[in-house]
Amino acid sequence: MTTAPAPAGWRFRQPSVIPGFGLTLGFSLAYLTLIILIPLSGLVWRSAALGWPEFWSIVTDRRTVNALEISFGTAFVAAAVNVVFGTLVAWVLVRYRFPGRRVVDAMVDLPFALPTAVAGIALTTLYAPNGWIGKLLMPLGIKVAYTPLGIVIALIFIGLPFVVRTVQPIMEEIDREVEEAAATLGASRFQIITRILFPGLAPAITTGFALAFARGVGEYGSVIFIAGNLPYKSEIAPLLIVIRLEEYNYPAATAIAAIMLLLSFVMLLIINLAQSWSRKRYG
Amino acid sequence: MADPEIKSWAPDHESRSAAVTESRPAQAVLMAIAFGFLGIFLLLPLIIVFHEALAKGLDAYTQALSDSDTRSAIRLTLLVAAISVPLNVVFGISAAWAIAKFEFKGKAFLTTLIDLPFSVSPVISGLVYVLLFGAQGLLGGWLKANGIQILFAVPGIVLATVFVTFPFVARELIPLMQEQGNGDEEAALSLGANGWQTFWYVTLPNVKWGLLYGVLLCNARAMGEFGAVSVVSGHIRGLTNTMPLHVEILYNEYNAVGAFAVASLLAGLALVTLVLKTLLEMRYGAEIAASRGH
Repeated sequence: MTTAPAPAGWRFRQPSVIPGFGLTLGFSLAYLTLIILIPLSGLVWRSAALGWPEFWSIVTDRRTVNALEISFGTAFVAAAVNVVFGTLVAWVLVRYRFPGRRVVDAMVDLPFALPTAVAGIALTTLYAPNGWIGKLLMPLGIKVAYTPLGIVIALIFIGLPFVVRTVQPIMEEIDREVEEAAATLGASRFQIITRILFPGLAPAITTGFALAFARGVGEYGSVIFIAGNLPYKSEIAPLLIVIRLEEYNYPAATAIAAIMLLLSFVMLLIINLAQSWSRKRYG
Repeated sequence: MADPEIKSWAPDHESRSAAVTESRPAQAVLMAIAFGFLGIFLLLPLIIVFHEALAKGLDAYTQALSDSDTRSAIRLTLLVAAISVPLNVVFGISAAWAIAKFEFKGKAFLTTLIDLPFSVSPVISGLVYVLLFGAQGLLGGWLKANGIQILFAVPGIVLATVFVTFPFVARELIPLMQEQGNGDEEAALSLGANGWQTFWYVTLPNVKWGLLYGVLLCNARAMGEFGAVSVVSGHIRGLTNTMPLHVEILYNEYNAVGAFAVASLLAGLALVTLVLKTLLEMRYGAEIAASRGH
């Protein structure tokens, strides 16, 4: 960063001939404040008003702790699965040529476009003991619907496009001459992938993981149908918020929401740090 | 510049690319795994929606859709999208104009704030309005005294929908308008156009495909939102039930054909969205912002 020659006083914005700055910024800020900032700060204010002892007793309640563990745990597993398969799907879409590639590519965005409730009842019907997939897994003793495994399945569905769409553009930019150079120098394909391709993709994969994970933690619509929603076993944190609200237990709903936001924020912070580390290490 | 002498010993294209790609069998295995994964996780859920909707025949399907509660759920969903999408379009254009056309302090922070709703659980997006407008809420008493109903009514559903779809148009337009720069606008202004004319005849035509792209994604989410709307709606049949909420009610009543019939309409909306999105990317890829995804 270079310092500009000392300006004549502090300037909020640089001069421009284009009109409408005051109007557009004013409207945007007012709208942002009314729709997002005031309601969200209401949540912060309400949870602060609870006082530390009450807040602490709510968030350390066993049912709350279990719900948070289930939400964060299943989101973590699903994001990890999506990292493996999402990267593979991106690789196949970028590197291989096959008929219908554009259709497959468009399909990847289905979870963005399909309403979560629709995904929820569709997945539940597939994985129920008498469903198309559930029937096949039953003899193997694997129960998916109405167990935490079902939550993972729903979150894999929801998170897949986040990984594919983050990794895909970076893969397209990889300079194949580097691979060719490595090959002429005698590197095996395996060495090229692990030593040359993977380091370049690591930051994008981390970002994809973070996005899928963050989305999975807060996901509600696709999960509640397949989860079975047994307290302590397969009850996710967003559902517990809804249950507390329906009991008119506003303090508990507020505290769980606040701790969810706080934990997500901490996780994203850690992931951001990991990302800048991997950029330094590999970038 | 092809030097024949070099060409003579250079390996042909086929064998050169073989050195930097996987062997044919490995490719086949990787493709089989990828397609299998996509088939199980994406295609099967889509197929089963239509399969279940038509499980008892076409008559049962059309009958389910002509139910009066279903009809009012469809109407409400269309109404909510018709209010919340234009609101976010106006905001998106306004925010993109301020952020892309000007340099000012705190711009990066403002851009981060706009993306905030994407990182909040939909349930929490609904909860914040309950805390504000509910009976025990900050404004609850005042609203009740003045006879204004926001929660468990259309205004609450619209607000929650606006919250979750808030970033879609803005995040599509901001990078696009930043990339296009101010040259066209400055030319128009120097030729005597006023601000509105510049926006209407210069900027808007420049960003129209990107705008349409943002509207498409915003609309899909607005019509499909479940968690946030579920918290503020109160689930009053025929009154505050949107299509996704109606799917839930029918499903929990073991009315599979009804639930999947409504779901098939939403799945149809998703397919139309995907087709239009792909067409826009194919035709106007360069004119749509580079940041894709959400």
